Amino acid sequence: MLSELLGKRLDKLSNLPLTIPRKGRGMVYFGLGVVIAVVFMALAAPLLTPYDPTRTVGMPFTPPSLQHPMGTNKLGMDMWSRILYGARTVLYVVFSAIAVCMVVGIPLGLVSGYFGGKLDRGLSMVMDAIYSFPSLVLAIALAVALGPSLMNAAIAIAVVYIPTYFRMVRGQVLSVKSEQFIEEAKVLGLPTGRILLKHILPHLIPTIMVVFSLNAADAVLTEAALSFLGLSVQFPTPDWGYDLYLGRGFLLSGYWWLVFFPGLMITLLAVGFALIGEGLSEQVRREVG
Amino acid sequence: MSGAGREDALIVEGLSVRYFTRKGEVRAVDNVSLTAGPGDYLGIVGESGSGKSTLGYALLNLVPPPGKIVSGKVIVRGKNMLELKGEELRRARGSLVAMVFQDPFTTLDPVRTVGDQIKEVMTEHGVSKEEAEERIPGLLESVGLPARLAKSYPHQLSGGQRQRVSIAMAVALRPAVLVADEPTTALDVVVQRQIMDLIESVRRMGTTVILITHDIALAAQRVEKMAVMYAGKVVEYGPKDAVLRNPAHPYTRALLNSVPGLKVSKWPEPIPGFPPNLINPPPGCRFHPRCRHTTDTCRREEPPIIKVGPKHYASCWLLSRR
Repeated sequence: MLSELLGKRLDKLSNLPLTIPRKGRGMVYFGLGVVIAVVFMALAAPLLTPYDPTRTVGMPFTPPSLQHPMGTNKLGMDMWSRILYGARTVLYVVFSAIAVCMVVGIPLGLVSGYFGGKLDRGLSMVMDAIYSFPSLVLAIALAVALGPSLMNAAIAIAVVYIPTYFRMVRGQVLSVKSEQFIEEAKVLGLPTGRILLKHILPHLIPTIMVVFSLNAADAVLTEAALSFLGLSVQFPTPDWGYDLYLGRGFLLSGYWWLVFFPGLMITLLAVGFALIGEGLSEQVRREVG
Repeated sequence: MSGAGREDALIVEGLSVRYFTRKGEVRAVDNVSLTAGPGDYLGIVGESGSGKSTLGYALLNLVPPPGKIVSGKVIVRGKNMLELKGEELRRARGSLVAMVFQDPFTTLDPVRTVGDQIKEVMTEHGVSKEEAEERIPGLLESVGLPARLAKSYPHQLSGGQRQRVSIAMAVALRPAVLVADEPTTALDVVVQRQIMDLIESVRRMGTTVILITHDIALAAQRVEKMAVMYAGKVVEYGPKDAVLRNPAHPYTRALLNSVPGLKVSKWPEPIPGFPPNLINPPPGCRFHPRCRHTTDTCRREEPPIIKVGPKHYASCWLLSRR
């Protein structure tokens, strides 16, 4: 279902009305800049630092210097290296969680919104039940239940955000399915699967992109929270949230770089995703209004 | 069956559609019977809410919920549309019966090219991709559009062009019956005429055309047979000239008198009152509260269908006492 959409129809996406309005343009570009920079850091980590992030490479608690631009932690690990490789961890968790969200939430939302009836009521009830939990609390509970690991953190985050996609897609389907061209497609005997994939789904893409960005911002924070609590990666794997936890005890000792840089990165990445989403939603809102 | 199919492309028998709403059952179409041969041009005229659009959807077995077809038959080329299910029904739509809608600005998917949308109709009915692509230019030309428009998006076309595309999609599979539901209402008069000419040419290729319209003058110019609907019932049915020149049903007469220009000598006369509420339609003849010839029988019993001329029928008590 999704592979067909992604494979064959990607060329058509350029036809979608996705020109970014002036009002949101700055936000989107800034956000994209931040996110692309973080992705670059993750991919090019070995080129940007000579150190292994999990090894002791200098004296403990070295303040930022030319040799260690972000200082070292209590075990003498290079913080700059940990930030770079930590980007891999956070992006891995966030993107795999969102991929799961989309693969589950979007088809369910499509089917639920299009067919309605008992199925819709059942699914909506389940989704609303999940949605009614505070997302962080639910994610923590799930991560505890599943046990601490990278994949489990991703699953916990995915479960928490599936309802967001489901509800958004379902709502949009309800409005698109009443359009005349859907009636036309039925009258001309097009199969339901085709109507869903070719005539409804393309109209959801702008909204999905907005939800994706806003949601990614949330997921970054949730991931950081889970690893801060030790529910994600295991030491010594670098992770911003976990480094924040490690550095927290030394803040009063004046070793500010231990919490400042991980915290800064978490904030930047979350703000980056959020700005993309806000900027794009400016466009979607304009289209709807 | 095939013998009957040659004679009649479309047979509608005792068709009833109801909408099951909270307030009650709306009898939108009540016991309607019609027949039309290949290449016939049948007009269904009536006021808003007379059930004519619902009848159109019922011909495709596609009445939107909470509507339900409660009884009757719709036989197209020997197949009963109302008995088809699932894949068979889907394939019948578009290839046996197709429909053209009123508003050409909303009937095409805005994010896909015209050619893509036409191609899709064919490939989803078993035509190969190559053949579909080959047929698109000819199809566009047959509806009076240059073949290059296949690459355009709907927003690049005018209303008339879009309606032509809708018609091209509807006739792509050479359906036996084309239901045109107010196909020109959203267009200006010049384009209206071109579209009606195009529909006429579709008919000449052997497709039975059902024109659903509230515009009795438009129907008068174009159709061969005419069915007049009132409150979910066909009250008069026959060859156009007979219906227009010798309207047998008081409603048809009132309708004709209410249209300026058809009877030149007279000032248009509105029909007094309002169409009835179809949840509790008036007993007896549904037109009786607005009819100037009402008798006690009209109030009590439904009028029979009476033959008033060759292939000309009307449903009124006045005629039975003659």
